[in-house]
Parts: sequence; C-alpha cells; structure tokens
Amino acid sequence: MRFARRAWILAWKDLTIEWRAKETLNSLFFFALLLIFLFQFALGPDRERLSAALPGLLWLGFILSGLLSLGRTFAGERDNDCWDGLRLAPGEKSAIYVGKLAGNLLLMLAVEAIFLLLFGVFFDLDLVAALPGLALVVGLGTLGLAAVGTLFAAMTAHVRARELLFPVLLLPVEVPVLLGTVKATEAVLLGEPLGTVAHWLKLLAVANVIYLTIGVLTFDVVLDG
Amino acid sequence: MWFSTGRRGLTGVLGWLAALGLLAGLGLALGVAPREVSQGNVQRIMYLHVPSILTAYLAFAIVLVASLGYLVSRRQAWDHWAGSAAELGTVFTGLTLASGSLWGKPTWGTWWTWDARLTSTAVMFVTYVAYLMLRGMIDEAERRAQFAAVLGIVAALNLPLVHFSVLWWRTLHQPPTLLRPVPAALAGIFRLTLGVNWAAFTLLFAYLLAKRIRVGRLSEEGLP
Amino acid sequence: MKDATEPLVHVAGLRKAFGATLVLDDVSLSVRAGEAVALLGANGAGKTTLLRILATLARPTRGTASIAGFDCGREPECVRERIGLVAHGTLIYEDLTAEENLRFWRVLAGGQALAAHLREALAAVELEPYAGERVRSFSAGMKRRLSLARVVLARPQVLLLDEPFAGLDQRGKKWLEEYLHAFKAGGGAIVMVTHSFGRQLSVADRIAILGGGRIALDRPRSLVTPEELARLYALHTEEAP
Repeated sequence: MRFARRAWILAWKDLTIEWRAKETLNSLFFFALLLIFLFQFALGPDRERLSAALPGLLWLGFILSGLLSLGRTFAGERDNDCWDGLRLAPGEKSAIYVGKLAGNLLLMLAVEAIFLLLFGVFFDLDLVAALPGLALVVGLGTLGLAAVGTLFAAMTAHVRARELLFPVLLLPVEVPVLLGTVKATEAVLLGEPLGTVAHWLKLLAVANVIYLTIGVLTFDVVLDG
Repeated sequence: MWFSTGRRGLTGVLGWLAALGLLAGLGLALGVAPREVSQGNVQRIMYLHVPSILTAYLAFAIVLVASLGYLVSRRQAWDHWAGSAAELGTVFTGLTLASGSLWGKPTWGTWWTWDARLTSTAVMFVTYVAYLMLRGMIDEAERRAQFAAVLGIVAALNLPLVHFSVLWWRTLHQPPTLLRPVPAALAGIFRLTLGVNWAAFTLLFAYLLAKRIRVGRLSEEGLP
Repeated sequence: MKDATEPLVHVAGLRKAFGATLVLDDVSLSVRAGEAVALLGANGAGKTTLLRILATLARPTRGTASIAGFDCGREPECVRERIGLVAHGTLIYEDLTAEENLRFWRVLAGGQALAAHLREALAAVELEPYAGERVRSFSAGMKRRLSLARVVLARPQVLLLDEPFAGLDQRGKKWLEEYLHAFKAGGGAIVMVTHSFGRQLSVADRIAILGGGRIALDRPRSLVTPEELARLYALHTEEAP
C-alpha cells in the first residue's frame, strides 16, 4: 500500500506541475498540428498515397512526440537538486519509476488523442467505428514506449549529450513496438476483426511485460548511478 | 584474478591457434571447397558471412551474461567482459552486414533488401552501436558499468522480440524473399569448410576478447 | 544489533577518488549522539564530498562510512530513513505551494502527511501564512526556510548540513541555532560543513579541519580560541596539495 501511495504522489506531483505550468502539453499539441502539416507536405496531395501510409504516419507522429515528452521526464528534477531529493527519499525506488511512468502515460495518451482528432479532421477519416480496437492498440503501444522511455530518461538524465543519446538509445529498442502497432493499426483502420492481428497484440503484451519487469527491477540502479 | 601474467600464455596460445585456424579456413574456402553451381565464386563469401554472425551472437550472449553478472556482484571485471564483447560483437555484425551486401549485389542485383534476416541483423547492429555510444559518453567507471549493464539486458531481451516482429512483418503478407545465406542441405565439403572457418573465427574472437579485456583493465590500473 | 554506545556517525579510512584525482585520502571521524562537529577546510578540500558520501549520494573508493550502525554504501535505504540533508539545493518544486512541497516529500518518504503536521512545520519556520502560495513567488530566504521545514518534518537522527546558515536573515539564523541546540539535546548528531568562523560555530562541540585529504585537526571547540582557530586553519589548509 505504501508503494502505491508513493507512486501516486509522484504522478500527482508531475501532473499538477504540468497542469499549472502547461509547458509540455501545449507545446506537444502544437507539435502534433505541425507534424500533420509536415506529413502532408512530405507526401503530397495524392489521397491514395496518404491513405496507405496513414497507420505508419500516425505512429511516426506518436513516436516523435513521445520522444519529446519522454525525454523531458526528469527535467523538473534538474532545479534545486530535486534529483538528489528523489534519491534521498527512503523506500523502493521502483515506486518512483511507476509514478513517473503513469504520469508519462497520461501525458502521451492526451497528446495521442489530439493527434487522432487532427488526423480525423485533416485526412477526413471516420475513426469512430475503429475506436475500441484503436484504443487497445494505442494503449499497448504507448505503454511499450513509456516503459522503456522512462527508464532511459533516468539513465541519460546526467549523461553528456542527453538530448541526442536518449532517442539513439530508445529507437532501436522500440522496433518491435513500432512494427506491431503499425500492423495492428492498419488492420483496425481497415475494419478487420482484432483476431487477425492477435499475434501482434500478444507480442506487444509480452514486450510490455518484459520492459516493465526490467524497469521495476533496475530503476534503483539507474537512479543511484 | 582472471587475466594475470600467468594467463598471458593462454592468450598467446589462442592467438596462434586462431592464426592457424584462419589459414586453414582460408585455404579450404578458396582452394579446396568446390565452386558453387548457381552463384559462382561469390558464394565463397558465405565462409566469412556465416561465421561472422555466429560469432556476433556469441559475443552478445556474453554481453547479456556479463551484464547480469555485474548487476548481481558489482565487480568491475564483469563490466570489462561486457564492454569488450560488445565492441567485438558490433564489429562482427558489421562484417556480417558488409559481407552480406557484397554477396547480394552480384547474386541478386541489389546491395540491400529488407528481408527478415537482414533487417533483424541490422537492428541488432544499431542497438549495440547505441550501447557503445552510451558507454562512450560516461567517464566514471562505476556509473558506466551500471548503466551499460541495464542497457545490455534490455538490448538482449529485446532481440527475440525484434526477430519475431521483423519475421512476421516480412512474411505474413508476402512470400519470403530470396536471401538465404546458408543453402538448405550442405554437402560434406561445404560443411567442413564452414565448420573450420567458424572454429577459426571463434578462436579469433576469444583471442581479441582476451586482449581487449586486458587493455581495459590496464587502463584502469594506476588509478587510486 | 546496533549498539547504543556506538557513535551515530562513523567514518573510517575513507578514500574517494574521481578518476585519477584523489579527493579524500584517509578520513576518519566519529560523532556521538547529542554531538555536533563543524567541518572546516579550504575550497576543494573534499568537505562536500565527505558529506555526500555520508548522505549516500556518493560511494567511497575505499573505507567505510556509517550512520546509526548502517553502512552508507551497502544499506543506503536504512541510512536515508535516518538522515536529513540541508545542502546548496533547496529541494523545492517551484510550481507547487509550500504545503504541497512538504506533503510531496513526506509521502514519498513513506510517511503520513497530515495537514496539521505540515502546518506545524511551516509555523516553526514562520511560513504558515504562505502555506497555500506557490513557491515561485518566495524570496530566497523563504525558500531556504521551507527546505529546513522539510528536514524538521522528517525527524531525522542525524543532520548533515552544508552551510546551513547561508541565505537566512538574522531571525532565521537565530531560529536555526535554537533548533540545532534542541536537536542535539534530543539525542541527534550533527555534521556541519561551514566556511564561517562566526557565532554559528557555537553550535559545534568539536571542530575538525579537512586538509590534504585527511582530518588534520579534530579538537573540542572549547579548547580552541578564535585566534588559535584562525592560525590552525591557515596552517592545515596550506598543507593541502
């Protein structure tokens, strides 16, 4: 129970500060809009081409904005030695991992919801029918990104060239998640039943279990390094 | 401990055996093994290509074990093994990709194709390059060892996920593409040549690993 | 079992090197319950490093440091439950209110954060009227007082202080002095890194000078006059490499 309270207070702290300062959320919403423009310009006006690329573009957008928000996970701890404060707080450090993860997850899901909305508007998509399946795939994929991203954000927080090293470390690891989510999203958007991509969903679930386990078991090493 | 002066003798022996093995392997590959019917002499690259990737797998298995060993025991020696094995593994993977490319161009007309095996190998290469970059960015030995160990475990456990995801990505809606580095059934002489080269590569890897670990240890000695 | 007559803070043969640079060579120091040691030394002498090792924020290259019988390197969580660190950083989130800051650190440490206790701590440092205000609007002195409130709330056994009086006004300094005296009377131990020779030193029972990577001097404060202290300080810090 203590673990849950500690994780909760950390998530509460991050979300409260984000809500009051609104630094990250506003910028990411705007970034999502800009990416839509970028995709449109990069691929040209051909609707067929865009339709075919849509699942990939969606996840490209999710990953790019995910990199930005995950990379900033511990930015708040840089002032006033708060990072030391996290280390000094007695108790299992994995509660901090879970708390940070929860905060990251909520933030990313909020941005992804905006993305989906904008996609629907700009590319004239009807996403309502696909919503349940989409929610499942997006949930699994975002967890896969956030689970590793939160761990690596802590790892690179005090390393040279962290803004460059963080994506360099995260992207190779996320290849299975990217492949799985794009394929599953493709199926969902085409209206196919989820059963056809069950193997992908299982892969994503297994990946999440692996990443979360490693995160929980090794976070204290990364925080105290 | 592990590589004291008494062991230098063993490293030397490894070196000589590796040299002998490579010579034998080269002789077999270029001279004794017959010219392959459909692909011609280019097919001989297989004797470099396959041992390279197998050696890389061995190297990365060592990285996983050494990473776990370090996290459990916190002894710096494990980290030397992990870092050195990762460097060599990355080099051998690069060798695999390059030799595969050289093989593919005359045989199938293209330098690169996104088939399952090549793609997985390329992702593995990129993952461990990132691992080496992390190591390069941290100066303090203890922190470098800790972070590299965590990353090493993530990278290794991720490899099966990469393998399956790439495989399904390529084959479930398309027939598998052509690049088959190892023909399905190998005649005896092919297998012998491959085996000798594989053994030689493994010896070479062991020799280089021993040398690299020794260099790593020496560079940390003399520090208070 | 942890012996009650053991010193609360115990450092033996401590050595710390950063790469090729040796900062602490062979440091030994003990502080008993109810005792305060002032740690003096030139810039770069290693005072902050020693404090950080005691606070479990850094690991020694060799030697031992322990608090209340728990080894700082091998049992950091047990040590962290018993110490309070007041250093340069205030450990404050500027977008939270004073009360929210205290609540966050208390709950993260696994404690109960009853509003009454939080208010009490704020009242002790005279910040109660500002409990609901965001810290961003605080002055530097107020922020330092908030960070002291955080430590007060944690009720540690050992205080590790790095220039604790810096940034406080006269009232704040007086309050801190009284708090530290009461802390000692309650059985706590204090290690205080300081540069000043002034009246804040009156809190200390012993004076230790860190020079040349070791404790060059460790003497009861009552046996050292201010003039002698200045002379000894100059003597031992000149020996620093």
